[in-house]
Amino acid sequence: MTTMKTVGLLLALLIIGCTPPLNLEPQMNGQQLAFDRKKGNCLACHRIANGESPGNIGPPLTHLSTRFTHKDALVTFIEDPTRFNPETSMPPFGKNNILSHQEIQMIANFLWTLPATQTIIP
Amino acid sequence: MTKLLFWLLFLGLLPIAPSTATPLNDQRTLQQHFFTQFPTLSRQDFANGVYALDPDAKQSWLAIEQFPPYEIAIDRGKKNFFTPFKNGQRYQDCFVDYQQGISQHYPYWDLKTKTVVTLSQAINRCRQLNLEAPLKPTAGDLIALTAYLAFLSRDQPIAITIPPVPAAQVAYQQGKDYYHQRRGQLNFSCASCHIQNAGKRLRTETLSPLLGQTSNWPTYRLKWGRVGTLHQRFIGCHRQIRAKTPAPQSEVLRNLEYYMSYLSNGLPINGPSVRK
Ligand code: HEC
Ligand code: HEC
Repeated sequence: MTTMKTVGLLLALLIIGCTPPLNLEPQMNGQQLAFDRKKGNCLACHRIANGESPGNIGPPLTHLSTRFTHKDALVTFIEDPTRFNPETSMPPFGKNNILSHQEIQMIANFLWTLPATQTIIP
Repeated sequence: MTKLLFWLLFLGLLPIAPSTATPLNDQRTLQQHFFTQFPTLSRQDFANGVYALDPDAKQSWLAIEQFPPYEIAIDRGKKNFFTPFKNGQRYQDCFVDYQQGISQHYPYWDLKTKTVVTLSQAINRCRQLNLEAPLKPTAGDLIALTAYLAFLSRDQPIAITIPPVPAAQVAYQQGKDYYHQRRGQLNFSCASCHIQNAGKRLRTETLSPLLGQTSNWPTYRLKWGRVGTLHQRFIGCHRQIRAKTPAPQSEVLRNLEYYMSYLSNGLPINGPSVRK
């Protein structure tokens, strides 16, 4: 009887041990979300401080706090830039569910903190 | 009688053809647009796609051309071309002018079947006429045949015609609309990258202009590690923007090829070639 219990307990422990913890995927920070090709991939088009091999389709992302009145306006822009310029080639990240609202906020937080003087890798 | 019918059709068409957006005007406007944007490039240069704009890429391409990786495909195509079918006929009986080069005339509007016919399809029509099974659009044997025929057409100017019948104009217009419509999760049109941002860089990739995008096919892509078709490249660009992919040789892609090739009229055929 006790052996049955022990076996049962061991099995239970084994099962718990094998179940992957929820949220296995490490949380990306704002910079990672902006740089990652499967996420924002903003470097495809923009130069961003410390970002390697950027494209040159959009303007360099610096001085954003002087370009937008507040951070929420930056979030709104990234959600759907076609609202501001229907001809733009920048994808509507929020509207087309490329990024979640939370991810866009994290990217905006990251971009907002970039000092304007920081070097841009060409 | 048929002649009369033709003229009636032809004249009947004239009033509805708008004076500004005819295919010929599209072609002149677009070619002029790119000649102005890239004033140092000659008409021939545009046939080299991205190499015309990126000197580093051009250097590595010229190095690869020392031992062209598409040569095997040309040889295989040549062999296929002269191998008789079971009924004793050969491809050359279908394509009597092959020696002068025929690729520059494809795709064309077929008045009988009222559809755009690509070179790949014409090869399959020849097979069916001779009671052979058609080859799959991506079959190595078919790609090899088009490689051989492109090789025979090298330096011949692209010469696509759009006959003055409404259905042909519609096919051209569908191709044009497709090129300019946004699609996919990333919301791009072909024009967003290859007209609006031609010459700019997407990460490290320089974007080629629409002018000249059809001249170098089939092409050996380093990424594929083999010679592939224009329609496979189209499909790759659809994937990039997370869009639904049409099938190779589908009507959508044939009309797209018709539009794009017509706009590149006058540029030399230089396939098969090499791309990254
Ligand atoms: C395919 C190209 C492309 C991608 C990818 C892209 N952008 Fe843009 N972006 C542009 C273009 C082009 C503009 C110029 C504005 C316009 O076209 O209206 C722009 C403008 C901006 C601006 C306004 C800058 C200013 O000074 O006015 C911000 C902020 C911005 N992008 C952020 C981002 C972020 C964040 C990402 C990634 C999550 C991103 N972009 C991805 C093309 C792109
Ligand atoms: C997000 C950007 C983007 C979009 C949208 C896009 N392409 Fe491309 N395309 C590329 C890149 C990058 C390449 C590789 C570099 C080059 O040759 O331009 C390429 C290459 C090509 C080539 C090969 C050119 C050559 O010389 O071999 C063709 C043809 C082409 N694209 C057609 C299309 C068509 C048709 C569409 C729309 C259905 C399209 N592309 C949409 C980015 C894009």
